[in-house]
Amino acid sequence: MVQDKGNKIAKYILIGLGALFIIVMLVIPLVTVLSYSLREGWKVFYDAISDPYAIDALKLTLLATVVTLIVNTFFGIFASWGLTKFKFKGKQIITTLIDIPFSISPVIAGLVFILVFGRIGWASPFLSAHHLKIVFAVPGIILATIFVTFPFVSRELIPLMQSQGNEEEEAAALMGASWLRIYRKITLPHIKWGLLYGVILCTARAMGEFGAVSVVSGHLRGKTNTLPLHVEILFNEFHLTAAFAVSSILVVMAIIILVLRNIVEVRVKKEE
Amino acid sequence: MKKVSISAKLKKVLIVGLSAVLMVGAFAGCGSNDKKTADKEPSETKNKVLEPVEITNVSYDPTRELYENYNKIFTEYWKNETGQDVTITQSHGGSGKQARSVLEGNEADVVTLALEQDVNELVTGGLIKDGWIKEFPKDSAPYTSTIVFLVRKDNPKGIKDWDDIVKDGVEIITPDPKTSGGARWNFLAAWGFALDKFSGDEAKAQDFLKSLYGNVTVLDSGARGSTTTFVENGQGDVLLAWENEAFLSIKEHPEDFEIVTPSISILAQPSVAIVDEVADERGTQEVAKGYLDYLYSDDAQRLEADNYYRPSNEDILKEYGDTFDLDLRLVNIEDDFGGWAKATDKFFADGAIFDQIYKQ
Repeated sequence: MVQDKGNKIAKYILIGLGALFIIVMLVIPLVTVLSYSLREGWKVFYDAISDPYAIDALKLTLLATVVTLIVNTFFGIFASWGLTKFKFKGKQIITTLIDIPFSISPVIAGLVFILVFGRIGWASPFLSAHHLKIVFAVPGIILATIFVTFPFVSRELIPLMQSQGNEEEEAAALMGASWLRIYRKITLPHIKWGLLYGVILCTARAMGEFGAVSVVSGHLRGKTNTLPLHVEILFNEFHLTAAFAVSSILVVMAIIILVLRNIVEVRVKKEE
Repeated sequence: MKKVSISAKLKKVLIVGLSAVLMVGAFAGCGSNDKKTADKEPSETKNKVLEPVEITNVSYDPTRELYENYNKIFTEYWKNETGQDVTITQSHGGSGKQARSVLEGNEADVVTLALEQDVNELVTGGLIKDGWIKEFPKDSAPYTSTIVFLVRKDNPKGIKDWDDIVKDGVEIITPDPKTSGGARWNFLAAWGFALDKFSGDEAKAQDFLKSLYGNVTVLDSGARGSTTTFVENGQGDVLLAWENEAFLSIKEHPEDFEIVTPSISILAQPSVAIVDEVADERGTQEVAKGYLDYLYSDDAQRLEADNYYRPSNEDILKEYGDTFDLDLRLVNIEDDFGGWAKATDKFFADGAIFDQIYKQ
């Protein structure tokens, strides 16, 4: 009995602390963003989010996110397939390399692109000869976003594929199925939820990316400004309400993504 | 059944994805074609209706509001003058940081930076031709400013002059002289005061600056970052600020702040220049020159004064005698520091006086 009581107290303290932490660190700031953005009424809010620069920034963020998603999904599927279904030397090294963007600071990622593709970077003679522009232009922003969100999909898929093993695929191959067919009929159905989960995480991260993009952006309004960068500009120009209004777009998109994530999680549990 | 439909959906996604990638590729291709045709343009534009033109102005931190307004009157002026539509793209940040980004390939047709030295970096990088400083009147500085103190309402720490901000317990906000032009002017203004106070004793001046930077609690990378730190985030007792930046803060929050003018400050001359490499390649020399020339027109000079920059035109400056303290004693970079090249080597280069002060 006594021990039971002690356990209960510990339980409530732990839950209480957890809840308090979440409220202070997450809920209050988010509520502040939303309430601050509406502080001066809907009119100011609407003006801020319908400002041409804000819309350009939103478009660029969406473009960068979509391209990133496509590239990283392809890459993630192929990389995890290659790494789990085949045996070769240096596999461990590649698996580690994929994780680099998780451990490296985004600022460094941005600087790397500038050193490679910038005016005094080593690829510069080639790029200027072909009138290509990468950093301080949209491609640079997309590249930086891809770099930062590189591991999300493959990180979800690799453990999943590892646990499933190769038996089914090998059996299918023995029966003469083409690789595309094997992939469609066996591999994909197994990984689809993991894939979706990775894609969702990747989207969330890509939309919010600030550090690496800030370095390669050049901050040209209406051209190379993403939504997070636009928030910073508004904040620096004393347009606090507008800054929070634009932030709230990001917050709402993030919440939508979280809901999607939960739906996926529930589906996964059901299937199991 | 379900599984089939899902993999069919995924297939669709893949197809859409592939076509999107192809589209982006095609788009990029179009982009480079555009450039090529743009190169041919200038030769045939003379007698025909001028094609709309776009220029990029990479500027420093506090000029955001100034150029937002200036771009409007310039667009109008240029349309009346030449019939050509011009769109101006702005970029703002710490002056040194901005110069760096242009050097790395951020394509600016004109730069309007906080100090001569940052433009000189672009000369060294081969982007701007030597002698740019004589290309526009008044050493290519259409407006000037100076450094003042912004303090909280009723000046609770009793700050009157540079002496007062080095006292114990005064928290100073100023940006980093390594990346911010305004911060360099701050540093030199303080140095000018200290030299005057210690009758030219540089060792004592260095100690004075050391205790000043010992009181700095937040060192942002640009002037605007420092202003938001002080004004919006409520940090510190005194902000060493561009005069224009201080006025702007008062305009935004008239109840909360006061400006204190020290006994000595510095004549800060922000520099403007055409980035020749970019303007030549894009064929925008003419509009870029027009853009910077018009900064000296009476209309623009008044607009600059309205945005709290001191107009370089003496007569117009006098019209604004109520706004600016015209009797303030100002040291200047040429006479008191031997020019920017010297001042940079002495104070801001790696291992120079600022580093010595800050590292100890």
